Amino acid sequence: MSAPLIELQSASVRFGAVTALRDVSFSLTRGDRVALVGANGSGKSTLLRAMHGLVPLAHGRRVLGEVHPLRIAMVFQRPFMLRLSALSNVTLGLMLQGMPRAQRRERAMRALDHVGLAAEATRAARALSAGQQQRLALARAWAVQPDVLLLDEPTASLDPSAKREVESLIAEFAAQGITVMMSSHNLGQVKRLSHRVLYLEHGRVLADLPTESFFNGPLPEEANLFLKGELPWG
Amino acid sequence: MNDFAQSVGTAVQLVIGGDADLVRIVWLSLAVSAIASVFATVLGLLTGAALAVWRFPGRSVWIVILNTLLALPSVVVGLVVYLLLSRAGPLGSLGILFTPPAMVIAQTLLVTPIVAALTRQAIEDALRDHGEQLRSLGARPLQCAFIVAWDERIALLTIALVAFGRAVSEVGAVMMVGGNIAGVTRVMTTAIALETSKGDLPLALALGLVLLFVVLLLNVLIGSLRGWRIASEQRAGAAG
Repeated sequence: MSAPLIELQSASVRFGAVTALRDVSFSLTRGDRVALVGANGSGKSTLLRAMHGLVPLAHGRRVLGEVHPLRIAMVFQRPFMLRLSALSNVTLGLMLQGMPRAQRRERAMRALDHVGLAAEATRAARALSAGQQQRLALARAWAVQPDVLLLDEPTASLDPSAKREVESLIAEFAAQGITVMMSSHNLGQVKRLSHRVLYLEHGRVLADLPTESFFNGPLPEEANLFLKGELPWG
Repeated sequence: MNDFAQSVGTAVQLVIGGDADLVRIVWLSLAVSAIASVFATVLGLLTGAALAVWRFPGRSVWIVILNTLLALPSVVVGLVVYLLLSRAGPLGSLGILFTPPAMVIAQTLLVTPIVAALTRQAIEDALRDHGEQLRSLGARPLQCAFIVAWDERIALLTIALVAFGRAVSEVGAVMMVGGNIAGVTRVMTTAIALETSKGDLPLALALGLVLLFVVLLLNVLIGSLRGWRIASEQRAGAAG
């Protein structure tokens, strides 16, 4: 087994009085395709943000592996686009990563081309459809050539056609060797895109299994209820 | 009523005829307030952005103080600047009391808190909504502030226009540090106060009309900016 790229050791995250993540130990290795499933508020987004280092840990540690610098990109459910062109939104990400100015435009155009948005390069990013904006967010993430791509319910607010487009791009990125970790409520998508599933409830990881075992094997009672759509409220 | 109608008629004639005194006063008013607004915008943007981004002990106290300064009485600003610039004051050696630069300083002090407080609120709200995504792209805190400031440029421009509106319409501070000297430091508001007390209503009314027109123009500009922004957001929303 290869060395972890990112590892959380007994990590807990608190937002005021609310504990969003409780004592989670988890490691992400190169080539992983991990899906996070669980009800709303179970801690999926917080786990992704903790993996990225965007939220401080109340307890535990986040340890980075031997890849330096480790490039992590994250795509959110509702990506934030600046009041700029699609192209500028991508070049901004490259600028923040320290890429020399001369290379930014070419890389950004390549990224837009990759997600099928080259023709929209000069259009205002906020004037693009929701599906196009999500593809633009993927282009912005892909452009930095990340080692790890974190995706927070990337298709949740999209129509079926846009969902398919985004899903095929994620599959393509994973096939290129990018390590992917995503949260999703779409179990079909989880089956199609992941090799490993983490089930979360109330901020705890209750199951960490290969995808096939998760859908076919014995599971903790709570995860079974979730799969059957019978998880009680609360 | 007749006096009033006659005064208004004469005032309109002064405005249309481009009376030399009127033009000089209007020009000085606009110049002083524009320069003060530029200084206040730069200082206020930097202060507001810093307060929005940095967490330091006592930050909330500074925010309360800043918000309190939004209601700063202009005569208090005038008094403080007067004391600073008077012969016995720490900056008395500059010899700029009763000159336009003193008026610029007073107006800058008066409107900087407005720009800073509104900027802090605008940037902090934007950072709350989008800061995490920007950090995920690799932006450091100050970079996040500059990026959202650029993204909120229309809102910040509106704040600058509000600052100019406040500066051009205040009377207390410029009266105290400018002295209302004819041809040197007399601006629209101080001239209106003086001419009214002298009973020269046509000039006071003419200046009042110009001042109202300037404020009206500012509001039209702010309204247009807001309308343009809402329209562009709606176009974006319709596309989504």
